[in-house]
Amino acid sequence: MPESPPRPMIRLTGLTKHYPGQAEPAVDHLDLEVPEGEIVVFVGPSGCGKTTTMKLVNRLIEPTSGRIEIDGRDVTGVDPDRLRRGIGYAIQQTGLFPHRTVADNIATVPRLLGWGRERIAARVDELLAKVGLDPQTYRDRHPGRLSGGQQQRVGVARALAADPPVLLMDEPFGAIDPLTREALQEEFLRLQRDIRKTIVFVTHDIDEAVKMGDRIAIFGECGRVLQYDTPARILGEPAEGFVADFIGNGTNVRRLSLTRLCEVEVSDDRPVVVRGSGDGGCPTAPGSFALLVDRDRRPLGWAEPGQDRPLPLISHLGPEHTLHDALDAMLANNSDTVVVTDQDGRYRGTVEMATIQTHLHRVGGPGNEGGPVRGGERADRSIGTS
Amino acid sequence: MSTATASTAAPVAPAARNGGNGRPVLGPYAVRWARHLATPVVLGLVLLGLYLYVGAQDLDRIEQRSLNADYLLSRFGQHLWLSSVVVVLVLAIAIPLGVLLTRARMRRYAGAVLALANIGQATPSIGLIVLFAVVFLSWGINTIAVVAFVTYGVLPVLRNTMVGLDQVDRSVVEAARGMGLSRLRVLWSIELPLAVPVMLAGIRTALVITVGTVALATFIGAGGLGDVISNGISSNRDLVLFAGSVLVAVLALTIDWLGALVEDLLRPRGV
Ligand SMILES: Nc1ncnc2c1ncn2[C@@H]1O[C@H](COP(=O)(O)OP(=O)(O)OP(=O)(O)O)[C@@H](O)[C@H]1O
Ligand SMILES: [Mg+2]
Repeated sequence: MPESPPRPMIRLTGLTKHYPGQAEPAVDHLDLEVPEGEIVVFVGPSGCGKTTTMKLVNRLIEPTSGRIEIDGRDVTGVDPDRLRRGIGYAIQQTGLFPHRTVADNIATVPRLLGWGRERIAARVDELLAKVGLDPQTYRDRHPGRLSGGQQQRVGVARALAADPPVLLMDEPFGAIDPLTREALQEEFLRLQRDIRKTIVFVTHDIDEAVKMGDRIAIFGECGRVLQYDTPARILGEPAEGFVADFIGNGTNVRRLSLTRLCEVEVSDDRPVVVRGSGDGGCPTAPGSFALLVDRDRRPLGWAEPGQDRPLPLISHLGPEHTLHDALDAMLANNSDTVVVTDQDGRYRGTVEMATIQTHLHRVGGPGNEGGPVRGGERADRSIGTS
Repeated sequence: MSTATASTAAPVAPAARNGGNGRPVLGPYAVRWARHLATPVVLGLVLLGLYLYVGAQDLDRIEQRSLNADYLLSRFGQHLWLSSVVVVLVLAIAIPLGVLLTRARMRRYAGAVLALANIGQATPSIGLIVLFAVVFLSWGINTIAVVAFVTYGVLPVLRNTMVGLDQVDRSVVEAARGMGLSRLRVLWSIELPLAVPVMLAGIRTALVITVGTVALATFIGAGGLGDVISNGISSNRDLVLFAGSVLVAVLALTIDWLGALVEDLLRPRGV
């Protein structure tokens, strides 16, 4: 299906911020466009002006010079408080109001906008459910009685409360353990697939950037953007020395996380046995395995000729998992094959270690990075299909 | 989910946590309320004891002039009235000043103003009122007393207002501003409520200081329970001196008790 190129929702032109008394500007002549409905990740070392740039967008900081447009309108003409009510804002320290309940926290902007009481209550419950917190349990708690991860969920819910088209998130999944963080990232991406907000997302962590971003802006010193591109192209062709250094080693493995299994060709040359259908399809050669599936073609285990009981299937992956997950599963299971299912859990095929190797070689080789420099749909991540 | 883990982890003493805000209850909480209840009882017993003791004495004429209900009530009334005026003025000056001095633009004056307030409090109060009485001869006696005591009581409220507002997490204020709350709204519905516990502690201190120092008003002839004490001194009647002192002390402790009560009642939940 043909899509018109996304129009820019946020456009920064020649944006400069020079804090008084500082030798260097914190942000220096920045030009950047954030397309509607995409997540743009600002990533870079500490003090490089990511937060400053973000706060310039909602005018928590006033620029020294330059233009900021949101949805085609110059924000300097808008009353800052009104402007901010239309921009979701979530920060690492969460900034939840400790003396207000979770529900009151989430209701902040809707109340400012004068929503009715019932509409607010319904919205609060809807959002709590969306960010994976049971409304019944958490609605009336105070933030002090939530875990760090739960607080960050509430922070995200609060930012989404009045359904703003634009969201600014400054390390929203910062200070939490890696597992919870990964879960939050997954959930947020799933949420974003429904809500399609235009999001500026700040992080220190290149892995998070690759995972979350439709595009990544890599900041260097003084708020200069050294490279602004899709994750695939940033990993494939990092600009200049600094970007390459910042991305560091392991780009090959990182790149695997850009390819979802639904975009990968699977091999289906494994014999498949439907349980209860007799031994008809069983492999005859000893030592070779057949996949045992149920009547709905859901994988059950591996069947070996001459063995009564099938070997259990340790893990199988769905369409949303990535090649990185596949590699991980192989290493964990000490196997060179993983079973891939479709979104209904039906057997689709297998991915072999060899597939991954081929894949890496295909995209790793020089001269294989076709496509427009500014190409930007999520489909761009599927290097494997190009 | 986390509630489940919490309750399985600590099945022995589920009552030991306050459901409202996670503060441990049965420790300090119960002790505090026990004190809230015990204090007025003790103070009442002290007053009763004083009454019985004085009643059992054979009072001479001079003693009778100070230790009778009419006289004591009128001095008590003066004392309360003077203290109330002072405290209201202290609050009216110190809280807005504290708020102002914690705003970004005015912050640079904070040091100077605090230093000034410090001088006000470091000066011995008796010296302060006598100084004021001498320097501002043309003012009325009551005005002088009020100005002197206000100077004296401003510091704790000012300082605690500033500390209370400063200790509010900057990220909370920033998030509030980032969501489109106006400065005034952030101050009113976020900063002040979160500063209340610290501010109240300062206010309570100011109340107690004021009730105590207003006893000195007698030295410039502004009345109050200090009159009873000074009558006792000048007429060499220890009983009168003793009764006056006990009354001032009981009043100060009562005010302190009320302050503590209000502090507990107004502390925002969840903090
Ligand atoms: N209010 C301020 N006044 C003066 N200088 C500031 C102010 N805020 C930030 N800076 C300076 O501007 C530069 C950029 O800061 P900024 O907070 O934007 O960095 P950042 O990229 O968000 O860093 P981090 O990853 O550590 O959050 C830094 O050198 C910082 O010292
Ligand atoms: Mg930052």
